[in-house]
Amino acid sequence: MGLLNLLFGLKSFTHGIHPPYHKDTADKPIRRLAFPSQLVLPLDQHIGKPAIPLVKKGQEVVRGEPIAKADGNFSVPLHAPATGRVRDLELMPTPKGPKSTAIVLDVYEGSTQEVLWNQPREMSELSREEILQAIQDSGMVGLGGAAFPSHMKLTIPPDKQVDTLIVNGCECEPYLTCDHRIMLEYPKALIRGIRYAMQASATTQAIIGIEDNKMDAAEVLRNNVSKGSAIRVEVVETKYPQGSEKMLIKSLLNREVPTGGLPADVGVVVNNVGTLAFLGQLLPLGQGLIERVITVAGPGIVKPGNYLVPLGTPVRHILEQAGYEGSRTEFILGGPMMGPAVSAMDTPITKGTSGLLVLNEPSIEDESQRIWPCIRCARCVKACPMHLNPSMLGLLAAKRKYDEMAQDYHLNDCFECGCCSYVCPSNIPLVQYFRISKAINREQAA
Amino acid sequence: MDFDIALNITSAILFMGILGLLLSSMLAFANKKLWVFEDPRIDEIESMLPATNCGACGNAGCRPFAEALISGEVAPAQCTVSSAEAISEIADYLGVDSGDVVKRVARLACAGGSHVARMRAHYDGLESCRAAAVVSGGPKSCTWGCIGLADCADVCDFDAIAMDRYGLPQVDSEKCTACEDCVEICPKDLFSIQPVDRRLWVACKNLQHGDTAENECEVACNACERCVKDSPEGLISIQNNLAVVDYSKNSLASPVATERCPTGAIVWLDDDKGAIKGIHAKRIVRKEALPM
Repeated sequence: MGLLNLLFGLKSFTHGIHPPYHKDTADKPIRRLAFPSQLVLPLDQHIGKPAIPLVKKGQEVVRGEPIAKADGNFSVPLHAPATGRVRDLELMPTPKGPKSTAIVLDVYEGSTQEVLWNQPREMSELSREEILQAIQDSGMVGLGGAAFPSHMKLTIPPDKQVDTLIVNGCECEPYLTCDHRIMLEYPKALIRGIRYAMQASATTQAIIGIEDNKMDAAEVLRNNVSKGSAIRVEVVETKYPQGSEKMLIKSLLNREVPTGGLPADVGVVVNNVGTLAFLGQLLPLGQGLIERVITVAGPGIVKPGNYLVPLGTPVRHILEQAGYEGSRTEFILGGPMMGPAVSAMDTPITKGTSGLLVLNEPSIEDESQRIWPCIRCARCVKACPMHLNPSMLGLLAAKRKYDEMAQDYHLNDCFECGCCSYVCPSNIPLVQYFRISKAINREQAA
Repeated sequence: MDFDIALNITSAILFMGILGLLLSSMLAFANKKLWVFEDPRIDEIESMLPATNCGACGNAGCRPFAEALISGEVAPAQCTVSSAEAISEIADYLGVDSGDVVKRVARLACAGGSHVARMRAHYDGLESCRAAAVVSGGPKSCTWGCIGLADCADVCDFDAIAMDRYGLPQVDSEKCTACEDCVEICPKDLFSIQPVDRRLWVACKNLQHGDTAENECEVACNACERCVKDSPEGLISIQNNLAVVDYSKNSLASPVATERCPTGAIVWLDDDKGAIKGIHAKRIVRKEALPM
């Protein structure tokens, strides 16, 4: 691995895995799906405090209008993704698990669904603080999956020095191609968004990191940045989890984020290409985030593709439009490695959902194999990108020694990428154990 | 030659003997000099305690509890694991009152077994409630309800929890020691430790109301407020579409509050007959699982 990379000059990190990528939808242009008749908009689509609703039952809203405001700094507002009438505020299922309060919107069928609410602004006149405020007002969060409020990410703590903005175009999860298509189709908006983000975070250079299975996207972006500009495009090895913040920083800059630290500790701030492309589009118009691109794919889907859908579209509607087959099917929101499976068809697409995968019989059979004892082959140790010891952690988890896992084996450095479970020949559900252990440790600390 | 060997052996025996004598006298000296008085009753009482070191009494283990007993800080009945005979034996030994601590047991705030609670998906993964709960809240429609994969039964050191035919944990109040292990492991926070004299019990945590709740589980609390109206004022209130009993007014509680409950979510716990539903609660005759 190391030798090959040296030969080809490819940047990468150590460890990690090479799952089959299945990027079959990479050549499918972004298309808009028909509007559903009902949208479900949870108030807690982002990490942080849930938004405070501004609408009442029965109220009419127009597409783009704010329908919930941010609760303090660590929160973002929510905008109406379609013109319609508020049915009610109800408890609805979410991809996270427990039901949470959501604004349920009945969409007007006759409406042209034009964005009728906007406040155009001259971006070059804005100060750093004003840009950050504009980003918060747009309701933008990390569209890569974490749904962390973007203005918080671009706000650099006063005691830290940040010089580089890394633009994450790796999309290392199998199946997903929405970021790839965004880079191909919205390069101008992306470059604009990168400039806004650089202004907001006061960084002097920006690096767009792209895996080498998306050379066409790298080519398009290179043609869009002028020579000698502060933005440059770098190609990195195609490997999972290249798109994880810490891995990408290591690959591109050879800097290592300290344990328990943030990218800002090594002078870096990382943003996803989708996030920045939408920022580049929305900020000058003064609009809010009301739709996103998702990849609909998997062996069970009839019409796979990259679709632009309004936020709050129920999974059921997308499946009706794209069609699915198989008697036993599993629906996953996001990528197959880290995305959560959904158990209710009413679950809506939220700001952090990057895809909808449909797996059917053969792939599900693979998953439900019997669990065998650990044979200490150390494949998980070789796969773990954080250089942890998943085998030992797994044995401790089975004995419920959660304190020891955190104190002596750095459980909290695990970001649940799933490489260990993927390579384990004994089918030990290691990453599931770690998620449980981390949850129990969090509860006991609280 | 023989003489040499004899000399060697004698000198060895002599040397080791003197060394042993020296060291043992040091030990004897240290034993006298460094001796600390320890109440012999501590050992005695510790042998009467169950030696589970469960911590349910609030002490670090059985020996610290025995020390606390001698100093009179706690009453013998505060050990929830010991039987009544063992407690009176300790009380007699110490010549103190055994104390009147009401027995506390773990109780589950859910009655949604597979025959009444609807599933919305089939869960096919690690056999653990904790793991199932992170997959969009578990396979049951009611995301507040018991998942039924027996994390509580696994974690119980006293074998007090067994899963019934509907996939619900049943607590054996004889064996339960109120150690709180099940309270900690349950991802839905359904277990709590309750004194057995709290007999009015809401076996539901669903925060939805009306048909929405009942469609998910036939025995859910649908927030109809009948129990509130039928009980003394302030005893029961509806909070977030769920009936909540105020146990500071426990002396006012009676089975009347359960009588008009349409779903049987609020029950009267009887020592012999178990949970008694009101007469107007719908009868559940189904034994098999609800269709998905």
